[in-house]
Amino acid sequence: MIRFIVRRLLQLIPTLFGLSILLFIWLRRLPGGPETAILGERGTPEMRAAIRHNLGLDEPIMIQYGRFVRRMIRLDLGTSISTKREVTTEFLQRFPGTVELTITAMVIAIGIGIPLGYLAARRRGRLLDHLSVGGSLIGICIPVFFLAYILKAIFSENLGWFPSSGRQDPTLGATRITNFFVLDGLMTREWDAAADALWHLVLPGIALASIPLAIIVRITRASVLEVLNEDFVRTAEAKGLTENVVRRRHVLRNSLLPVVTSVGLLTGGLLSGAVLTETVFAFSGIGAFVAEAISQRDYPVLMGFIMIIAVVYVLVNLIVDLSYSLIDPRVRVR
Amino acid sequence: MALLEVDDLSVTFARRNQRAVHAVDGVSFSVDAGEVVGLVGESGCGKSVTSLAIMGLLPKQPGLRVGGKAVFDGTDLLQLDDRSRRDIRGRDIAMIFQDPLSSLNPVIPIGLQVTEVLTRHRGMKGDAAAKEAAQLLDRVGIPDPKRRLKEYPHQLSGGMRQRALIAMAVACQPRLLIADEPTTALDVTIQAQILELLKDLVRDSGTALVMITHDLGVVAGMCDTINVLYGGRVVETARRRPLFREPRHPYTVGLLGSVPRLDAGRGEKLNPIPGSVRDLLPWADGCAFAPRCTRRVDACVGQPPELVLAHDGRSYRCVNPAPVPGLTPAEAAPVTVAGAADVPVADEPPAPAAGPVPAPREEEKP
Repeated sequence: MIRFIVRRLLQLIPTLFGLSILLFIWLRRLPGGPETAILGERGTPEMRAAIRHNLGLDEPIMIQYGRFVRRMIRLDLGTSISTKREVTTEFLQRFPGTVELTITAMVIAIGIGIPLGYLAARRRGRLLDHLSVGGSLIGICIPVFFLAYILKAIFSENLGWFPSSGRQDPTLGATRITNFFVLDGLMTREWDAAADALWHLVLPGIALASIPLAIIVRITRASVLEVLNEDFVRTAEAKGLTENVVRRRHVLRNSLLPVVTSVGLLTGGLLSGAVLTETVFAFSGIGAFVAEAISQRDYPVLMGFIMIIAVVYVLVNLIVDLSYSLIDPRVRVR
Repeated sequence: MALLEVDDLSVTFARRNQRAVHAVDGVSFSVDAGEVVGLVGESGCGKSVTSLAIMGLLPKQPGLRVGGKAVFDGTDLLQLDDRSRRDIRGRDIAMIFQDPLSSLNPVIPIGLQVTEVLTRHRGMKGDAAAKEAAQLLDRVGIPDPKRRLKEYPHQLSGGMRQRALIAMAVACQPRLLIADEPTTALDVTIQAQILELLKDLVRDSGTALVMITHDLGVVAGMCDTINVLYGGRVVETARRRPLFREPRHPYTVGLLGSVPRLDAGRGEKLNPIPGSVRDLLPWADGCAFAPRCTRRVDACVGQPPELVLAHDGRSYRCVNPAPVPGLTPAEAAPVTVAGAADVPVADEPPAPAAGPVPAPREEEKP
């Protein structure tokens, strides 16, 4: 098991190496080069040359690449052009917010999706089945930002049940340790701060959960239907086991395999793509920040973001593979 | 009284806008305690559906109708509610399935799959259950049972998997064991071992066995009584020896004729049954086998053939049965019809050993 984890983590190295080459080429091939990105269209040739010299762009390409890699290894992602702060610092502040939001969304999606998909399969062709299949279609079709606006309008602006924006009430003056606000609140025993941060997560979490929820319902339903027809379920029934045991031990566990795979992919997607939801709820996560960086041509931020997402995907896939092997002995790692 | 008395069992799958399928159409047979009974027929004749209906394991779906009776030890299994059925399944009646790989849960160790039966029906838990499970595996001939308990189905060979399934089935010493083509998915040498194991188990424990198979070789080696099914009905019932020596129903004759034999002469051709099981006449319109039958007469079509009782408790459903060698056609004619079973049956002379189809290999044990 440990060897497997180490081997998979070592696989990160070639992945990141390949990515660094792509990113480096991309950076070099920008229209007009980085100096245009920094100066805009107005720079004089002298200013451009000065910037090229400052950035070391007049040196041989191998040396440039070597320096680029060295900085990456030291986790020095450079300075954001728009905020003038270290990219690493920005990320450490904002990424935890997105992680919290993603976890909330996935907890909602898994917590509702798997039972609902399972029940829909058991009651195939009946009302609950039609409702959940139809509902999941709607969930996939509704654009997330639209749902986010509706949730915000109803539950925070009209009913006032939930806060409409931000990650936490700033007047609480909560202590920051990890920048995971809920976790910070728990660590410092500032229970009200933790609860408030959690409260802020509800609406954006629901909005973000809509698509994963719909997908999980459908995959679970299809998977359970398939497993119900398996011979080993008939064997379990033939043994006279109670319905509960047959369902839990024999049906559900086997149905979870495809669900786990999709949960992994969906989680990676949410971490990198919660832009619209974060924007609607003025939630200071990584998504809104990166969207801003794109419009500002803030290349250091974008590059850092791409590298982080690559690492996140590899880690999420590792977790998926590990949980897969927990469920299914046939793919168990040695 | 018989241990299991199946009476006029019928299973119909109805579908909207489609003709209903009578998978089982009035099957009757009985199994005495400790007896080995064969249900024989080609694919689609309703043998598996019969066994699943008895067990209450038919997939629940709209349009499924099960009729008739299956009385086990005084209780009609078909009338039981789900809970009482679950109490009987695995404890009093157990089942062994065809494909041992797909019949075992791939993500659960063999041990748990054995002990869960013990827990359910015998209330055994923990070490006691594990110990008993190991003994069961040992009894069905799995070497190193303690290690095997921790393994998963994919780590076992095909024969081992079937042995494990048998261990689960006999875990509660059921009075009736239903084996649905237990050797079909195995290769020939393993087949023989599994049959031998089943034979030993039922002999030692006095368990009755219903053997469902298309393989007449299996039947010849094991069964006391054989029911031949065609188109969802029993077309011939007989003890083993009479059936092989003097099959009366043309379908039985055809089945026996399609089996290659070691003692057949060189160059002698097999006599397969023409057509396929799909060329079926609904029983209401006559004999379902008539379209494929070589002994077809006009009387075959029009109304279903009655069950004919002959001597020695054998019966067949045919208006023009194959003649018994050594008898004149008049003597071999039907003696009585079903429904008048109490009428004494004319005693036919014992048939000579050399029939049109040679007797099965002799392997009766003293």
